[in-house]
Amino acid sequence: MTNLDAAFSALADPTRRGILARLALGEATVMELVEPFEMTQPAISRHLKVLEGAGLIVRRVEGTKRPCRLAPSAVTEIDQWLAMLRRALEANYGRLDDVLATMTTEEVKGRS
Amino acid sequence: MSKLTLKTEGDTHVVVIRRFAAPPEAVYRAHIEPALLQKWLLGPPGWSMPVCVNEARPGGKIRYEWSNGEGAGFYLTGEYVELAPFSRIVHVERMHMPDPTPDNRVETSFAPDGSGTLMTMRMTLPDAATRTAMLSTGMETGMEASYARLDSMS
Repeated sequence: MTNLDAAFSALADPTRRGILARLALGEATVMELVEPFEMTQPAISRHLKVLEGAGLIVRRVEGTKRPCRLAPSAVTEIDQWLAMLRRALEANYGRLDDVLATMTTEEVKGRS
Repeated sequence: MSKLTLKTEGDTHVVVIRRFAAPPEAVYRAHIEPALLQKWLLGPPGWSMPVCVNEARPGGKIRYEWSNGEGAGFYLTGEYVELAPFSRIVHVERMHMPDPTPDNRVETSFAPDGSGTLMTMRMTLPDAATRTAMLSTGMETGMEASYARLDSMS
């Protein structure tokens, strides 16, 4: 089980969110992340360590490289909560519109 | 008319504004009556709310359980702080995934707006980092892409 506190504090940093967005496009090595973020390799490595500690990314060994990718289970867990707010809100209120329309119709019928 | 506004305020607030065609009494009731809540507060497509406990009085408990019908589920617990029919509701809530998320204090107001209602929901998170985490993930285009990919994987 991912530690949600660690995940949320890892996500609070804009660079780390940027790294996750980059990794959403596919696996990347530290060197491939250094260039777009204009940061030193140790700085990127520190961010990756935080993301790995929070269970948001996983790394594998390939010779001397350790490519990173998103940890699907971690993203799914956080997504379950966030999706309630971001994506389902409008769907919920769309349904509420329908419920309200029914209530209004029933009230009108009840009064007539 | 039905456009949803979602914005941040200060360091720890999130404000959602939505207009409804029905009067405040109907919108208020739809937020506290289980039979009505179970028709709309459902989240992703295919999900339902088999358990809906809503004790609409100060100190009253809230417990919503959602299920996708295939074994996956999560739930929300909360407590009412204040209710002013049919204009204002204050409650505290947290999601359980199953680990509880930080407490979210929610003030929902229902104001008459012509023949309809202007609903303003103001959430207060414990700190800026929690709010940033809550909002940022879904907003990153890249993350959205990863969600889409995860969706297609599941």
